[in-house]
Amino acid sequence: MSLMSLTAVQLGEKIKNREISVIEAANAALDAIDAKESSINGFVTVDRENALKRAEKVQKDIDEGNILSPIAGVPVAIKDNMCTKDMLTTCSSKILGNFKPSYTAEAVINLEKAGAVIIGKTNMDEFAMGSTTETSAYGATKNPWNTEHVPGGSSGGSCAVIAAEECSYALGSDTGGSIRQPSSFCGVTGIKPTYGTVSRYGLIAYGSSLDQIGPIAKDVTDCATVLEIISSHDKKDSTSIKRDDIDFTSALVDDVKGMKIGIPKGYFGEGLDPEVKEAVLNAAKELEKKGAILEEFDLDLVDYAIPAYYVIACAEASSNLARFDGVKYGYRTQDYNGLHNMYKKTRSEGFGAEVKRRIMLGSFVLSSGYYDAYYLKALRTKALIKKAFDEAFAKYDVILGPAAPTTAPKLGESLSDPLKMYLGDIYTISVNLAGLPGISVPCGLDCKGLPIGLQLIGDCFKEKNIIRAAYSFEKCEKKL
Amino acid sequence: MSNIISDETIEYVGILAKLELNDEEKERAKKDMGEMLDYIDKLNELDTTGVEPMSHVFPVNNVFREDAVVNNDGREAVLLNAPERKEDCLVVPKTIV
Amino acid sequence: MKQYETVIGLEVHVELATKTKIFCSCSTEFGGAPNTHTCPVCTGMPGSLPVLNKKVVEYAVAVGLATNCNITKNCKFDRKNYFYPDNPQNYQISQLYLPICRDGSIEISTKDGTKNIGIHEIHMEEDAGKLVHDEWGENSLVDFNRSGVPLIEIVSEPDMRSADEVIAYLEKLRLIIQYLGASDCKLQEGSMRADVNLSIREVGASEFGTRTEMKNLNSFKAIARAIEAEKERQIDIIEAGEKVVQETRRWDDNKEYSYAMRSKEDAQDYRYFPEPDLVPVIISDEWLDEIKGSQPEFRDEKLIRYKKEYNIPDYDADIITGNKHLADIFEATTAICNNPKKASNWLMGETMRLLKENNMEPEQIKFSPKNLAKLIELTESRAINSSVAKEVFEKIFSDDINPEQYVEENGLKTVADDGALRETIKKVIEDNPQSVEDYNNGKKKAIGFLVGQTMKATQGKADPAMINTILKELL
Repeated sequence: MSLMSLTAVQLGEKIKNREISVIEAANAALDAIDAKESSINGFVTVDRENALKRAEKVQKDIDEGNILSPIAGVPVAIKDNMCTKDMLTTCSSKILGNFKPSYTAEAVINLEKAGAVIIGKTNMDEFAMGSTTETSAYGATKNPWNTEHVPGGSSGGSCAVIAAEECSYALGSDTGGSIRQPSSFCGVTGIKPTYGTVSRYGLIAYGSSLDQIGPIAKDVTDCATVLEIISSHDKKDSTSIKRDDIDFTSALVDDVKGMKIGIPKGYFGEGLDPEVKEAVLNAAKELEKKGAILEEFDLDLVDYAIPAYYVIACAEASSNLARFDGVKYGYRTQDYNGLHNMYKKTRSEGFGAEVKRRIMLGSFVLSSGYYDAYYLKALRTKALIKKAFDEAFAKYDVILGPAAPTTAPKLGESLSDPLKMYLGDIYTISVNLAGLPGISVPCGLDCKGLPIGLQLIGDCFKEKNIIRAAYSFEKCEKKL
Repeated sequence: MSNIISDETIEYVGILAKLELNDEEKERAKKDMGEMLDYIDKLNELDTTGVEPMSHVFPVNNVFREDAVVNNDGREAVLLNAPERKEDCLVVPKTIV
Repeated sequence: MKQYETVIGLEVHVELATKTKIFCSCSTEFGGAPNTHTCPVCTGMPGSLPVLNKKVVEYAVAVGLATNCNITKNCKFDRKNYFYPDNPQNYQISQLYLPICRDGSIEISTKDGTKNIGIHEIHMEEDAGKLVHDEWGENSLVDFNRSGVPLIEIVSEPDMRSADEVIAYLEKLRLIIQYLGASDCKLQEGSMRADVNLSIREVGASEFGTRTEMKNLNSFKAIARAIEAEKERQIDIIEAGEKVVQETRRWDDNKEYSYAMRSKEDAQDYRYFPEPDLVPVIISDEWLDEIKGSQPEFRDEKLIRYKKEYNIPDYDADIITGNKHLADIFEATTAICNNPKKASNWLMGETMRLLKENNMEPEQIKFSPKNLAKLIELTESRAINSSVAKEVFEKIFSDDINPEQYVEENGLKTVADDGALRETIKKVIEDNPQSVEDYNNGKKKAIGFLVGQTMKATQGKADPAMINTILKELL
């Protein structure tokens, strides 16, 4: 059995007990990558040399008693939209193909302080725009459960390399479901925390008001452990929130007695794959058996979340991605005639089709004469969605539903119809609009043997509720 | 499709976004944008009268820095990734004629 | 010919005197080597995020209060999107929807009397970097040292009707801001920049004409010339039966001509939206009171006090309070030597002369009030005479020397020893019998020659009044 079959916390325990060295752990990851990458393509960059150097340093720190964290020495994979000093950070885009940041993202620094060993940077949909990891400029990532299928996205690389046991845990980012949906497709566990819990400093922005970094791992324990480490109040991120309740591992309790779980009727209607529906409802029943109280309710506004999301995210993206212009970093076109031609050619050649599509839409909805009708309307809708969730959480501790309407589609099936692909985010997107925490945990397989994910949504700052519920479900051991 | 996107609109948005589309991409963009706007028009079903637009979900405010110089010489960090540099500056095509 | 009226509104950008930039902890100091005052934030590095400098808010509020604005208790930042290489993110963080100050006004005086000029709004924003154009080559060079330096933009109502009013408005604004210490407001160096919005209409018309915006105005003279030229240009267009085009124009002060900055690539559609990376700024009553409490004494208040407290001529008070730095020096000097009249004389006389001679602005005065006060004390105690004092002052002005030490080291003290001076005068009388005779024959002026000879003999160190007394006694 490979060391990569262990959870991050299990491996960390063995390292702490001197059963395994940090170098052995890093080598186990690198060996697994050698063996599996050709079929998975989950990494954009694997930094073998520095990973081993770093492993040596971390071993020394552990030996000297300088690092006590439960994941000290455990290898991690970082989504390629988080800046890592002197290490390529591409956002899976041609336009950043040669970009080496001068600084490291705050969340990654927090991991490094805890003794993490970065193995490499994972593939993603270009600039996190997509739900399949097929829009990457560096080739699609394959789903380890069936390599003819997509891993989901945009954190598809991070989820696939955990599912394929190429690395112990990973960081992803979630703007409209980009951690939860691929976690669901790949049969791994991922948390999107409350907005402001993990610093966005060094996360290359897609939709700034929606983006959050979160952990992706084999189980709830790993996720809670990693989330506890990466969460911090960062003075460099004005939207970072000072919290004194980030001891998420304290919620790893197998007990949902009396927990009120709301099930939105709309989440189980038209468009939901019957096998997914059955698996998710069975999961709910397992929790009920453990003493949770289930109740159906209406959350109709969710239908409006997708259009509101695409207006807000694309508008912000059109502005956030304006900086990629061939002047300061990244790709610059070879032949050009003057400044504006250089801008246009650089950007047209450097960005892929989906990114251009969203930049065009975002520029349009902000343009003169349309701002009120589109952007302000979307912000008002967002306010209503937040209000609807506030009302729901006045009654329930947790909201339960699927993470995605289907299991992983086949490669090449989704991109031809963008709108259909966008609809796949129906259960995850409203959570980002309202800034809420959500977790996806595996809850079964469909007839094709592809994983199904259960999504649990908490009120803002109530990660502990969803961690407790997810942990309790995991303990049912009927999950897959 | 109720939102018909004209060539002029695509041209105009291209100028705003600094994107240059070929004819095929333009046709595709017209169709995609029209379809997305049709879908987005679904928002009009919602009565949002009197609802304040919400840009931040949490009522966090007054996040400040004190006015003290902390940063050191950032020159190398700026120029590290420059496609073209000269005399410690970034080089761009001439901006005035 | 029809009679036309010029309607002018100004957009004035002022660089604030903070130590650091508006959204990062880089220095705002002028003149560093290219790109040295930079970090990921002010160079638009991917993943970087802005954090607001508190001092910027305080300066903006202070200027708003001093210009009688309403302060927006809950203000926000917005992004203004446009591509240009001096703008590293290709958006500028500014304020459109909820600017920090609104609806103010200031009173200006011109030869035609006084008038209120409305202030539409004041908002906070970040400055752009600098572009240096390669004269012979095909490139421009980008330096981000100025990128992110805090600015306030003060937008007036279209209340001005002439270049005179514009200059009066700018001078008043500059004085207020300098008094606040919020900026040094130097047009030449770009820490104060004015864009002129100008339209014309027939006298008596109630609707405004189509306006143009004029940029690149680097001095009051350039502003006055540009206003005249643009007024003429618009009148010519209208007289020819054509229409003025709303556009931005760039003034070339050497050619005294402006040209349109239009380009197909400039859509002028800035797609403003709320900046998601910054949270709202809420200005509480307590904070507002705190800022109000630390507002300085402004010019109008100073004038009244000077009259009462110092009893210096109105003209002097007017000049001295016309510059914050001068007023500060005056008050500090007076506080030490307790002689406002003399302090004022030195500032109004020798200081102004030397400034003019050296082509300097009052801001560039670098001598300390302490040394001027010492000089005043030396003259008052008759330790040095007035011509020596002038010589010493030049040294104070240029090198801020300690006058006591300087007088001592250079032996410039007045010869105060009555006996020694008496001997010298006796010798002068002996050597100049003709003058003595002339004096005694009633040519009283002849005494001047004898005083001069005595001064010469003492190498200028004697007190002329004392020489006079002794001479009269001996003759």
